[in-house]
Amino acid sequence: MVLGTYKEIVSARATDKEIQNVSQDGGIVTGLLAYALDEKIIEGAVVAGPGEEFWKPEPMVAMTADEIIAAAGTKYTFSPNVMMLKKAVRQYGIEKLGTVAIPCQTMGIRKTQSYPFGVRFLADKIKLLVGIYCMENFPFASLQTFISEKMGIDPTLVEKMDIGKGKFWVYTQDDVFNIPLKETHGYEQDGCNVCLDYTCELADLATGSVGSPDGWSTVITRTEDGNSIFQQAVETGVFETKDMANVKPGLDLLEKLAAQKKDKNQKTIDKRKEMGLPVPY
Amino acid sequence: MSLIDRIKQFLGFKAKPDKEAKADEGASKKEVKKVAEEKAKPRIGYIHLSGCTGDVISLSENYDILAELLTNMVDIVYGQTLVDNWEVPEMDLALVEGSVCLQDEHSLQELMEVREKAAMVCAFGSCSATGCFTRYSRGGQQAQPAHESFVPIADLVKVDCAIPGCPPTPEIIAKTVVALINGDMDYLQPMIDLAGYTEACGCDLQLKVVNQALCIACGTCAMSCQTRALDMTNGRPELNEDRCVKCGICYVQCPRSWWPEEQIKKDLGL
Ligand code: SF4
Ligand code: SF4
Repeated sequence: MVLGTYKEIVSARATDKEIQNVSQDGGIVTGLLAYALDEKIIEGAVVAGPGEEFWKPEPMVAMTADEIIAAAGTKYTFSPNVMMLKKAVRQYGIEKLGTVAIPCQTMGIRKTQSYPFGVRFLADKIKLLVGIYCMENFPFASLQTFISEKMGIDPTLVEKMDIGKGKFWVYTQDDVFNIPLKETHGYEQDGCNVCLDYTCELADLATGSVGSPDGWSTVITRTEDGNSIFQQAVETGVFETKDMANVKPGLDLLEKLAAQKKDKNQKTIDKRKEMGLPVPY
Repeated sequence: MSLIDRIKQFLGFKAKPDKEAKADEGASKKEVKKVAEEKAKPRIGYIHLSGCTGDVISLSENYDILAELLTNMVDIVYGQTLVDNWEVPEMDLALVEGSVCLQDEHSLQELMEVREKAAMVCAFGSCSATGCFTRYSRGGQQAQPAHESFVPIADLVKVDCAIPGCPPTPEIIAKTVVALINGDMDYLQPMIDLAGYTEACGCDLQLKVVNQALCIACGTCAMSCQTRALDMTNGRPELNEDRCVKCGICYVQCPRSWWPEEQIKKDLGL
């Protein structure tokens, strides 16, 4: 299945205006983690928070809904969140932990849970893993190149970045800039090119903008826990939903992108194997 | 088929033929009983070479299953602090903790004997599996200045499976035991593969992941390191060699070293 195993797929957005304003798309990650904190499903969450340098995120442990909201928005460079999970458990004493992760980070977490050779008493404390769709990730210096060199903007003025409609977008207070995605090719980290997972197939539930209209996100619920937490949040009114059949551009686009990633990267894997290079898949 | 026969068969050893259980009319009752008992409970030995005892302590942290395990499920037939027996007996599984010192005649002899008498040998903990921090030994210390060269047991004997960790966590030990009892070979396959991973170092991340264009900046390695020898710098692991004990856990946990997809999906119900 090109979208992985799932229970349900809907288009959704957070009903809270504050979350709508700060979030990338439908505010699913922010809304759900904040809800899980309020409902005591989790006691804290590891998220990609703002770092010291411009848009260079740092993993952080958020203990309140406000801290989660402050960290909202997609980051287009590395934030090694997995590293922070142990700290959240050991130094913050969190027994029930939530986190947000891209597909490859999710793989690291899930492998640690199934085979915890050297990581004590962490596996069973991860109660909610919200996955986000991911095509590729960029080293920080690649982002600098796009913004300073290709768009000619001072990076400190950038307020938001986005990928959509075949373009890489940068928002400042007064302006919107873009470059075609084609121009970003070759700047992604190479490890992404053997990854076959676009829709975070091992998360409790996964989300991203693709498939839904502006301001909305497509949510794929996967595990029992992920599905029930999301349903509860919808019933409580944290999210409003729409049937995927009634939204544009719809599921086809999500399936198309997921298949593209698999096809393209399977070719890279085959090529690497021909050259005798290692590939874990 | 009894539990241990199943395990042995899965590990590539020939299971004892079933007819042995149905002993001849002529065989004494005592013998029949002995065979039946042997089949019911795997005989396990614990061999303590050059290690710090951390591995067995980690094992004993599984309080909830330990009593049941020791009383009803296995027979501990050998082990310095566990059994009053100085002769290495026949056993089904030998758990070996610690690396082996080439200058220590007794350890060498014990290891060889264990290999002969045990159907399966498991390198239990990183010292046994990779040498771990004993790799740094250069001899010249009290009480045995000549004890200088410590190597993973696989350098000297055939090892059937390895459970690395400094120490391995109580959870991985419990999961392995449960898998053994259920004959769940899919779960155990990585342990069998890891028997070949004997030269470990934090620098494996650079050599085998970053240099091979496989690193994706997840930070799993830095989280897993039990001595905090790793940090993440610009999305790549950075090793503080002074803290690295060469346990191999960072590379073992990295999602880009080996990838147990089917097992993970099973565990998640996906
Ligand atoms: S870096 Fe840490 S986990 Fe990796 S081998 Fe060294 S001590 Fe072990
Ligand atoms: S665990 Fe993640 S960050 Fe560490 S080497 Fe492997 S892929 Fe890179």
